[in-house]
Amino acid sequence: MIPSDPILQVEGLTKRFQAKLAVDQLSFSLRAGSIVGLLGGNGAGKTTTLSMLLGLLEPTSGTIQLFGHDFVSNRHATLHRMNFCSPYVDLPQRLTVSENLRVFARLYGVKNAADTIAGLAHDFRLLELMDQPIRRLSSGQKTRVSLAKALINSPDFLLLDEPTASLSPDVSQWIRHRLTDYRDRTGATILFASHDMREVEQLCDQVMMMSQGKLIEQGSPEELVEKHNSSTLEEVFLSLSQQGGGV
Amino acid sequence: MNPSTVTRISALLLRYFFLLRSSWPRVLEIAYWPTVQMIIWGFTSIHFSRSSPELTTGGILISAVLIWDSLFRSHISYTLSFLEEMWSRNLANLFVSPLRSWELILSLSVVSMIRTLIGMIPAALLAIPFFGVSVFELGLPLLGFFLNLVFTGWAISQAVTGILLRYGLGAESLTWMLPFLLAPFSCIYYPLETLPEWMQLIAQYLSTTYVFEGMRALILRGEWMPELMWKAFLFNLIYFLLGLCVFCLAFRSARKRGLLLQSGE
Repeated sequence: MIPSDPILQVEGLTKRFQAKLAVDQLSFSLRAGSIVGLLGGNGAGKTTTLSMLLGLLEPTSGTIQLFGHDFVSNRHATLHRMNFCSPYVDLPQRLTVSENLRVFARLYGVKNAADTIAGLAHDFRLLELMDQPIRRLSSGQKTRVSLAKALINSPDFLLLDEPTASLSPDVSQWIRHRLTDYRDRTGATILFASHDMREVEQLCDQVMMMSQGKLIEQGSPEELVEKHNSSTLEEVFLSLSQQGGGV
Repeated sequence: MNPSTVTRISALLLRYFFLLRSSWPRVLEIAYWPTVQMIIWGFTSIHFSRSSPELTTGGILISAVLIWDSLFRSHISYTLSFLEEMWSRNLANLFVSPLRSWELILSLSVVSMIRTLIGMIPAALLAIPFFGVSVFELGLPLLGFFLNLVFTGWAISQAVTGILLRYGLGAESLTWMLPFLLAPFSCIYYPLETLPEWMQLIAQYLSTTYVFEGMRALILRGEWMPELMWKAFLFNLIYFLLGLCVFCLAFRSARKRGLLLQSGE
């Protein structure tokens, strides 16, 4: 298979909050159709990195080229091709599932919004919940709605910040299947920040490990396991953690 | 206007329509406060009309209350809509969508205008049978007073929403405080000469002062002074641009500090 061109190229991405260096000279690229896991402990810089890739946070220095556009200076050229889901962000609580999806479909200029919403409602098992306000849903149901919102514009680049955190194993597994299925159908690229090593091992083609704002290791889960003479990604993570004083 | 822009603005209008539809107390509240204010000042006006009829000539008290409330309603409606996004932790969803900041501002302004009209029209209509005062008799100048005060409300809202972005919900009380800071200087119920000299100096730089001076001239002397409206408009333009600068600087600062993802206290 011929590798596709990178859709995202990050060079020397740095974010400093006063004295704290949250992300330090991060450079990497993502190819179309890949699912990439961003791993790291608390404070490793995952959410800061995702925030910069979403345009919510201005980098201190460095460049982000997304779909051939300079994302830092002109994020509006590409925002319609992206979407995200994060536990730090909620959907309007008083609006029903259906109302939320209608609003976001319009915000992203989705054509055939009714069909798209019906498809997502079916895929994410939301049909019975469509008339429920978000505030009445369980955390698993809310995550499914947030993911439906994240796919409303059929994004070419999907950023997910711990989308399965606090979900039961069966729901997490089900969501992983949905994401893989979406990637296989559309060729979209997914960047996935997580603490769950097993999940990353199952889902991701590539893994990037961050520690104290730096990218300390990257490769496919199999490559990393072999390189570090371990049996699981979790062992790699723990071994790097012990070597580096915390991943 | 670009069709995508219209679609995105209509998306936000739909979002605020759904919100109002889901909560009857929110709908009731829009018309509740202007009506209560009108009733209280209406009875105060009746009381004064017996002892000091010059204070209530032509329903001036009720008209002043209603016209002042246009500023307060437009500001509160704008800022509350923005606060709804902060309370529901939805701001990041908006800022990573193709929505541009100016489209958000335009959407909030349209919502503010609609909510202000929903709030003010019933109060103004009820003042006719209750107290025999019709602000609509002011004719076309009423539109000038109303639009100027709505514009002032938006100028304040720009600054307040900017501060909310930068300092989070801890600064929420500014929403209620700022319009009242203007009130004593705005000469709503008394002429400019009533104020001490230092306050007059400040009042001369407020658009609101010219609106209420113009309203008094029209009601008490039957004199329409368009130059006062133009002065008010020019000051509003300056304050709106200043408010916009505060919002843009605050937005930039929030983006630098990473406040857009976790907008809260």
